[in-house]
Amino acid sequence: MRESALFDRNTIAEIQRAAREGIYDIRGFGAKRRVPHFDDLLFLGASMSRYPLEGYRERCDTDVTVGARHAAKPLHLDIPITIAGMSFGALSAPAKEALGRGASEVGTSTTTGDGGMTPEEREHSRTLVYQLLPSRYGMNPDDLRKADAIEIVVGQGAKPGGGGMLLGQKISDRVAEMRDLPKGIDQRSACRHPDWTGPDDLEIKIHELREITDWQKPIFIKVGATRPYFDTALAVKAGADAVVLDGMQGGTAATQEVFIEHVGIPTLAAIRPAVDALQDLDVHREVQLIVSGGIRSGADAAKALALGADAVSIGVAALIALGDNAPELDADYAEIGSAAGFYDDWHEGRDPAGISTQDDELAARFDPELGGRRLANYLRTMVLEAQTLARACGKSHLHNLEPEDLVALTLEASAMARVPLAGTTWIPGA
Amino acid sequence: MTPLRELNAALHGPEPEQHWCVLNPRGAHALAAGIDAAIEVEIDGHAGYYCAGMNKLATVRVHGNAGVGLAENIMSGRVVVDGSASQSAGATGHGGLVVIRGDASARAGISMKGVDIVVQGSVGHMSAFMAQKGRLVVLGDAGEALGDSIYEARLYVRGQVAGLGADCVEKEMRDEHRAELAELLDEAEVDADASDFRRYGSARKLYNFHVDNAGAY
Repeated sequence: MRESALFDRNTIAEIQRAAREGIYDIRGFGAKRRVPHFDDLLFLGASMSRYPLEGYRERCDTDVTVGARHAAKPLHLDIPITIAGMSFGALSAPAKEALGRGASEVGTSTTTGDGGMTPEEREHSRTLVYQLLPSRYGMNPDDLRKADAIEIVVGQGAKPGGGGMLLGQKISDRVAEMRDLPKGIDQRSACRHPDWTGPDDLEIKIHELREITDWQKPIFIKVGATRPYFDTALAVKAGADAVVLDGMQGGTAATQEVFIEHVGIPTLAAIRPAVDALQDLDVHREVQLIVSGGIRSGADAAKALALGADAVSIGVAALIALGDNAPELDADYAEIGSAAGFYDDWHEGRDPAGISTQDDELAARFDPELGGRRLANYLRTMVLEAQTLARACGKSHLHNLEPEDLVALTLEASAMARVPLAGTTWIPGA
Repeated sequence: MTPLRELNAALHGPEPEQHWCVLNPRGAHALAAGIDAAIEVEIDGHAGYYCAGMNKLATVRVHGNAGVGLAENIMSGRVVVDGSASQSAGATGHGGLVVIRGDASARAGISMKGVDIVVQGSVGHMSAFMAQKGRLVVLGDAGEALGDSIYEARLYVRGQVAGLGADCVEKEMRDEHRAELAELLDEAEVDADASDFRRYGSARKLYNFHVDNAGAY
């Protein structure tokens, strides 16, 4: 028997599923296909011509200020790893609380999502970024003023050009009330904003938000990675204080599989063009670049920073730290036709970990204090890893990492990250 | 000329004056945006984008025309425009009342979430797109694709409707609807007979995805 490389078992299963159900597959998580990523880069470390820093003695700072371009109250974060936008609705209230607890413990920010701000989330988040999405579910000026920053979501990496999706199973009474929708319907939110079209209007929209909040709050623009040079330049022109750039590996609570796997460009390919735009406009480090989409470790974070990002953001990794896909739940996953390590049906609301659900009984299985501690542990580990790499490169701040510290393992990664292929001086296309 | 920032900062102050007059607005954007007090603001001329955006409690009157996103995301209070309004008037509004004495353009009441909007003239295409809650009243005509993908908002139109959007249907006008419409017209200080209107709303066929409806999306 010979398995086809073209019609592999996943492909065959998908054709069979489509023939059976007559509709595209919807799922959570992010892209599962292999694309060029930070794994394809290596740090060079110090050598004869570079001094390293002592691992346990010499400082390697990690703080970052976001939003000082126009906002009276920029964010001062202790670490350059933030928690990406995830909605109450997609996640349970205790899971949102845990994200706030974990982030606050290590001095970083968390972000609301397509569903408004919950009091639990505000209370447990020292620094909370409030998203303004096309749906405007739960949007109100009181929460806008309670927020520490505002993030205008133009797109996300999992589905650039797509709107939000929350299926009926997860529209509980509380979610329905917050979103002004009937209970139990399939909620498909708009993919374009209702009151602005294009960057010229967006500039006026940002001006309005600044007026409403008396020029206190930093305003971010989040885009899915597609045309990062132009999107970043237009975001700067529209008046953003920071640009959030989400690569195609970025997570989602519910999106068509075809969208997740076939739209947008890899995070690795998006960073350099975005940094080019900031440098061309002479605002690199003045307008912060926050990169997300497949950040899993301190190494990933350090590599993104070395390519010019000011901070990174995590979503899927944060949920895994909370307890998503935990091996001790394997029997529960088996009951709903999945397995620990594979579970991605976050849209169904049957999450045995109590994270991606609106079922009270399932949500009660999740302990927000424990989840918060686990997230804080994970974030601390990521920071220690990034510092280890930065010190090895002789850097006293994570922001001092630079492309010169990196080489690539593959031609693709070399061309995308614009660092030489390891052992050569060659950068394809340079 | 008072700079816009100074005006809005004063309107947001802890105890703002009860009555304000904005002279020579010259189409400025974000005029009287973000007020959170039961005050009255008169704008003597044309307003730009997002006039009275996210308004709470205040009454804002525009003695002229208004640009894109009039009273967007309004929470409560009242916004009255003597002239016409551009696109997305009352977009995503959660509450309060928006009255436009002239016409409104495309996407009036887009994604409305509880606001009441009364337009004495006509509205453009895609008005009440994805309208979730609240009422849109149009004394004139409505453009193409009225109420496309509408949820629970109620639409009342006196004139012609060029076309209904996906899942939007005409519904029976019962006494309760005539009563609520009469009350709303009264509140908007509009002289019209509620029994001259037709009612439109959601057929609720697209509330849960079914592959047989795929052609409607």
